[in-house]
Amino acid sequence: MVGLATVFGAGGGTSSYAEAEAADVIVMWGSNARNAHPIYFHHVLQAVRRGAKLFVVDPRRSETAQFADRWLGLEVGTDIALSNTIAREIITAGLAHADFIRNATTGFEEYAASVEGWTLERGSEVTGVPADAIRELAHAYAGATAAQLCWTLGITEHHNGVDNVLSLCNLALLTGQVGRYGAGLSPLRGQNNVQGGGDMGALPNKLPGFQDVEDDVARAKFEAEWATTIPATDGWHLTEMFDAMERGDLRSLLVVGENPAQSEADVSRAVDLLGGLDHLVVLDIHRTKTAELADVVLPGSASWCESDGTVTNSERRVQRVRKALDPPGAARDDIDILLDLATRLGHDWPYDTHEDVWNELRRLSPMHAGMSWDRLESLGGIQWPCYSDDTLEPPFLHGRLWAADPADRGRPAPFSSVTHVPPAEPITDEFPMRLTTGRRLDSYNTGVQSGGYRSPTRLGETIDISPADARSLELTDGEFVRVTSPRGSVEAPVRIDRGLRAGLVFMTFHFPDEIDVNQLTIDATDPKSGTAEFKAAAVRIEKLP
Amino acid sequence: MNDVPVSIRDTDPLPTVTATIDGADVTVAAGTTILQACGGRDGEIPTLCYGDTITPKNACRLCVVEVEGSRALAPACSRPVEADMVVRTRSERVDHARRMVLEFLGSSVDLSLTANVTAWNAQYGVDLDRYGADAATVARPVKVDNDLYVRDYSKCILCYQCVDACGEQWQHSFVIEIAGRGFDAHVSTEHDVTLPDSACVYCGNCIQVCPTGALVPAVEFDMRAAGTWDEDRQVVTETICGFCGVGCGLELHVQDNTIVKVTSPPDNPITHGNLCIKGRFGFQHAQNRPG
Repeated sequence: MVGLATVFGAGGGTSSYAEAEAADVIVMWGSNARNAHPIYFHHVLQAVRRGAKLFVVDPRRSETAQFADRWLGLEVGTDIALSNTIAREIITAGLAHADFIRNATTGFEEYAASVEGWTLERGSEVTGVPADAIRELAHAYAGATAAQLCWTLGITEHHNGVDNVLSLCNLALLTGQVGRYGAGLSPLRGQNNVQGGGDMGALPNKLPGFQDVEDDVARAKFEAEWATTIPATDGWHLTEMFDAMERGDLRSLLVVGENPAQSEADVSRAVDLLGGLDHLVVLDIHRTKTAELADVVLPGSASWCESDGTVTNSERRVQRVRKALDPPGAARDDIDILLDLATRLGHDWPYDTHEDVWNELRRLSPMHAGMSWDRLESLGGIQWPCYSDDTLEPPFLHGRLWAADPADRGRPAPFSSVTHVPPAEPITDEFPMRLTTGRRLDSYNTGVQSGGYRSPTRLGETIDISPADARSLELTDGEFVRVTSPRGSVEAPVRIDRGLRAGLVFMTFHFPDEIDVNQLTIDATDPKSGTAEFKAAAVRIEKLP
Repeated sequence: MNDVPVSIRDTDPLPTVTATIDGADVTVAAGTTILQACGGRDGEIPTLCYGDTITPKNACRLCVVEVEGSRALAPACSRPVEADMVVRTRSERVDHARRMVLEFLGSSVDLSLTANVTAWNAQYGVDLDRYGADAATVARPVKVDNDLYVRDYSKCILCYQCVDACGEQWQHSFVIEIAGRGFDAHVSTEHDVTLPDSACVYCGNCIQVCPTGALVPAVEFDMRAAGTWDEDRQVVTETICGFCGVGCGLELHVQDNTIVKVTSPPDNPITHGNLCIKGRFGFQHAQNRPG
């Protein structure tokens, strides 16, 4: 969200799913959507059936890559090297969109100079991708009538994840592949309300509707509505919270529907810090590992089936969730719990219904103003922005950048010169293999939810390894090995995967109760987003005696 | 910014055509099929194999109508309305064909879970005993080989919808195809392997389109066997899936405060009725309650 907000002023994907079907080139970069976002990938497949070209950029020859016209199997953490090489090729070949660059962007000269050294040869050497494949992607993307550039955590879960996103935004600006129907930038969110959480102000520097905490005018509007004083400076993101716990500046924590005791990178440190708090309160539907550390557990309700409200998806569509079940036992609606908590803390919050909460948001956040619950119901969800009760905006963002009249174009989108920096943890003789992590189709995050049903395809945790490495280490399928990073060590069964190249191994984080993969991952975090580099740790693999 | 098109599909409105259907002038957008012009699956023309999300395969022949000037009866599900076309949706010839289809299928296939069949049988004067007690059937043992869904091909009318949903129309998994010929034709995995040995990813998008209950979730199958499945006591609530960020629309079928089935609306623009294994089967975590 930080990267897109920097370039375009709005932290949301610029396109809609249906637009993927209208694209003639689709690039999926660091995204295994076939498994992680299967129904989005249906839209991509419709385009492929119609003849669109699909490029997949991923260190693994993933299930998504198996549908691609071209797979670019780059080395983990060389995304900026690859995008800068693509950019230089586009510029050198005269394929940049000169009109769009002149009318709608700033910083092109500096950007062009910053990528000048990234020849196809150098790019190929650093990324491991053949030069002709890089060239093919560059020419197809620049020459497309409408191109979609999609990414997921393969881009963001790096120590320089924001720079990775900026480097992809650069490609769209360079070629004018944004702000038109079918052409855009589509980050696919990992949870059903990641987008909505950010929209609602669950970011340390934002109020609801992406209004800045440090903006005095915006803050005054919220203070008037809420009859309270809002701190005038940015708060902490999750990684900064753990640092603050380490310093002793953060002593009490309320955790709502999150399982940091298993989901954090370098998880042993996270558990130590959570255990050292003065007071830990967990609101969840399950007794998670984090809940087991808590002083107080508040049994909440499952938002998607035991409560009313809204969630916002990866195409910025606000949709209603509805109560279908009564929560079990003493569990209560999360909003009722929060209201009682507010009352105990001396605040009288004036909401009788879920819709009251939503209508307050509509008063405060202009981009949600036109989304009454009645309209959300009758239209089957509404994409933001939606400024008034009788209008809808185009399904894509930033059409303004194409306006003929400069006065209508608004703030030009800046190019960002970004530098290739390898993963924080280098490969060494002691830790000679690159571990990257991800999801499988039938499981989800730390398995709290997906562990509840019996999947015929569930593998359990494995250490996926290339056939070449399996041969040289004399490993067989199913054999348990020890996997060790500078932070920790786990034992896991080997799964030989022909989609991996030598030197690259893969694990999920779905089964932490059995095999705690986040003992291995590194909490090197992006300074701007706070996201940890789950995608790149250095490990060694040893046969068990 | 008004010169920016909202959609590259923004063109003039589709041309329309006017035809005569059962004596009345009907004007529809070009490309509309006769079945759609007559109200689709909820209209008066009966159909078994027509699905909201699958290209018609003309498999069941129940929707045939008379088109003036046409030698053979035309399947309404796939024949577009043409200008000046004269269509009769009921006639002696049409009714005879429909009665034949219902008698062939009704004598050979278990249609006990197929909607509307009882009413159509009465409407078209169907004699289910016409071919006698020895009439050939497609009856075969129920396939129970995984925890999530059951295949009861005694109920299969070979409408092809599951094959197309699994294949190139939606899921692109290509796990099933039609094997065998003539009366032996049946839906099968490669070499008839079990689902766990196939490439099945358990999205259940085949279940979603199955019109006869040949494919059912294991929960529904078990509840029917136990006599506890009761659609009159079920309430369907629309919500959004709790996994990943795509935001798929779900219909939760709830009986006695328990989710017993999950479907997705065929007209949902995100899903077109499709889900993945997590969306369709991953709901139990909300109700694995202490006994």
